[in-house]
Amino acid sequence: MSEIILEMENITKHFPGVLALDNVNFSVKEGEIHALVGENGAGKSTLMRILSGVLPHGSYTGQIKFENKKYDIKSIKQSEEKGIAIIHQEFALSPYLSIAENIFLGNENSKAGIVNWEMTQNKAVELTKRVGLVEDVSVLIKDIGVGKRQLVEIAKALSKNVKLLILDEPTAALNEDDSENLLKLLLALKEKGLTSILISHKLGEVIEVADTVTILRDGQTIETIAKGDITEARIIKGMVGRELTDRFPKREHTIGDILFNVEDWNAYHPTHHDKKITDDVNINVRAGEVVGIAGLMGAGRTEFAMSVFGKSYGVNISGKAYMNGKQIDTGTVGKSIKNGLAYISEDRKGLGLILRSSVKDNITLPNLEKVSKAMVINENEEVIVADKAVEAFRIKCPTIEQETNDLSGGNQQKVVLAKWLFCESEVYIMDEPTRGIDVGAKHEVYTVVNNLAAEGKAIIFISSELPEILGVCDRIYVMSEGKIVGEMLSEEADQEKIMRLLV
Amino acid sequence: MKETNDTKAIAKTSGSKILRGNMRQYSMVMALVLLIVLFYFLTGGKLLKPLNITNLILQNGYILILAIGMLLVIITARIDLSVGSIVAFVGAIAAIMIVNMKIGVIPTILVCLVVGALIGAWQGFWTAYIKIPAFITTLSSMLIFRGLTIAVLDGRSIGPFPDSFRAISSSFVPDIVSEPIMLFGAQLNLTALIAGFLICLYIVFRDVNKRRAKSKYGFDTMAIWFFIIKQVIMCGATMAFFYLLAAYNGIPTLLIILIVLIVIYSFVTSKSVIGRRIYAVGGNESAARLSGINTKRLVFATNVNMGVLSAIAGIVFAARLNAGTPKAGTGFELDAIASCFIGGASVYGGTGTIMGAILGCFIMGVMNNGMSIIGVSIDYQQAIKGLVILLAVAVDMIAKDKEK
Repeated sequence: MSEIILEMENITKHFPGVLALDNVNFSVKEGEIHALVGENGAGKSTLMRILSGVLPHGSYTGQIKFENKKYDIKSIKQSEEKGIAIIHQEFALSPYLSIAENIFLGNENSKAGIVNWEMTQNKAVELTKRVGLVEDVSVLIKDIGVGKRQLVEIAKALSKNVKLLILDEPTAALNEDDSENLLKLLLALKEKGLTSILISHKLGEVIEVADTVTILRDGQTIETIAKGDITEARIIKGMVGRELTDRFPKREHTIGDILFNVEDWNAYHPTHHDKKITDDVNINVRAGEVVGIAGLMGAGRTEFAMSVFGKSYGVNISGKAYMNGKQIDTGTVGKSIKNGLAYISEDRKGLGLILRSSVKDNITLPNLEKVSKAMVINENEEVIVADKAVEAFRIKCPTIEQETNDLSGGNQQKVVLAKWLFCESEVYIMDEPTRGIDVGAKHEVYTVVNNLAAEGKAIIFISSELPEILGVCDRIYVMSEGKIVGEMLSEEADQEKIMRLLV
Repeated sequence: MKETNDTKAIAKTSGSKILRGNMRQYSMVMALVLLIVLFYFLTGGKLLKPLNITNLILQNGYILILAIGMLLVIITARIDLSVGSIVAFVGAIAAIMIVNMKIGVIPTILVCLVVGALIGAWQGFWTAYIKIPAFITTLSSMLIFRGLTIAVLDGRSIGPFPDSFRAISSSFVPDIVSEPIMLFGAQLNLTALIAGFLICLYIVFRDVNKRRAKSKYGFDTMAIWFFIIKQVIMCGATMAFFYLLAAYNGIPTLLIILIVLIVIYSFVTSKSVIGRRIYAVGGNESAARLSGINTKRLVFATNVNMGVLSAIAGIVFAARLNAGTPKAGTGFELDAIASCFIGGASVYGGTGTIMGAILGCFIMGVMNNGMSIIGVSIDYQQAIKGLVILLAVAVDMIAKDKEK
């Protein structure tokens, strides 16, 4: 139908220890909307980072041609000069500058360093009209909602005479109306000849707007499907078609009574008070049971877990939590811990560890009372506890006085687990406990989960990796946009079933 | 294979690091010793004259009290700029109550401590609960309480204090015998000598006990010869110090206050649950909160504590000046902050020790005192002090960088 505008051939990219892209081929025709889909970690972001110049020419192998010319760019600036703009999941806007100032940020209408405000104003008005943004251009970014911010991002891209627009999960943060508007805008811009690449987890919108779909899995191109052949079933098959191996240690389980349950749990976004982040969630977990919460990034799993654990995230939180059938107060982290909850954060560096403290100090922190008498720490007792944990978890560190900052990711994660096991909680909420750690360490985390379950503890296991959820859990809840959209026993579940609920 | 290499690399860096961790404390002691030796010669021995040693304590006592409180605040990754003004304000209240209103010394001191606590609570409220950056809260208090001091004093100094109040900063612990004893041709205060001896006994007793507990739990202990050398050095330094005090008027009352505070706060920071939590809050506030620590209450508490210690410093300083004056305590906050940073506390929070802050305070104090004796003018003293602060922290940063 039309010319090929972008051609990426045999792109291979190594990160230390990981083959992120393995001979990927990807070509985009002029004037189309080309969707790029795949699971988390399939290589979509890496591919786009190469295209936008974040990963410069020379750091990967393979060839790229843009408008039939060699495309050897080394920076974001160069890619923008060639007419490629990327809109990231996290907005790159400055909150205390106006819409107009943001549109021309880094690309000011200026002469000899002096900004021409009149021209900025006029051009900004024109651009906001083009993207359908109804707002005075002198309003500050912090005062407009996410939907409008997304439009400002697009206006900003258009101001640079973009030929190829890359959108990374543009609707992830938007509500349904804003998403719908954005998709309409994409179609309208296509009519005017703009080519775009849409990265999305939401297969519904992919099917709605895409002319072509390319599926990536494990750093490889699985297939490219043209309009007419695009079906949800075909996309899902391409995305998950991976076989399960026995990466997961077996568990003898005796599942008891319901140990912990949450009823009618609701929470709202901490800054956008009208956005519901947790929507009428009801879940339960039995003694000795591992319950998974499957979902894509941004599905609201972390937000839900943190809103339960000490109301650490969100506002206007409502709902009831029960331990052994008795209602418990989880209003502060201290109370949650006392009532038998533990939350192992997905962000181990930001929220899990005191990086500048030692292995020992980190492990005993949440339950210092256990090694103290009359609020005085018995250091010798503490050393014994830490030594035991290091041995039990096989934490590789020369001494327990080692700063956790110097440990590898896997070992840091084991320190976090040791820390919460020292609390002797009843219910462990583990949020992406294997993210970013190697296969060996993953296996050890699974073993810890199994041992806890064997002791009759309950585990809520949050993960974006479906094979992991299926391999580790007894029962699975599926969460999407803050809602539980499905529940199934894992022997009845498979990746396709879950994926269908997710998208 | 890769994994084992990594582990080895970690083992290697950490080996030198642990050594360095202990070295740090020792190297600061070394810096102080070198400084003392340097000024001993520059001042022709005047620095270590018995009178001057007592002066060193009396001149730096109030800064030391402030530095102890400041250290806790700095560990939580915050700062307090208002302590100098609080010193002045509390001094003014003491002067008005005692001199103008003829209220007794003990009630006045109690009121001063409560006022300090309330000011601390005021700052803690804004910093911890309303989340106003500590820099701004305390900058505001710095102005508020300086202004209020001038207002309540009507711009004038109020004094003098009765002897019972002045005694805080000028009296000495009375000798147990009526006449000083003669030893090596010098008149010596027996109480000071006995106190020094008892402290030495305590140090040895404590370390032997610690050593015994460690072996009981089956941990490695340091080599016996090293242990003995350490005890000899520590006892030698203690005895030398108390000998110098004995050769003048004995133990200053202020020193008793300082020792009590140092013991309490060393214990709190190194051994207590609260101390550990303060370090955790400074190291990573979010992680501390998610570990069940009430971070707001803890930050609030460090502020109240700082207020009380500022009040103590205010009382001590007013007693030393023998008046409440509008200009009292100007710049004290900077000396206290500098003591903590020279002593190894991090601007980003989470690290620092009481011992370090004390050493930092005495490094500054010896420099002030030594330079004054040899006649360096105030302007150059300031400039040299400024350079020393920069150098001390720079050496630390560069050492840390190399480690990586």
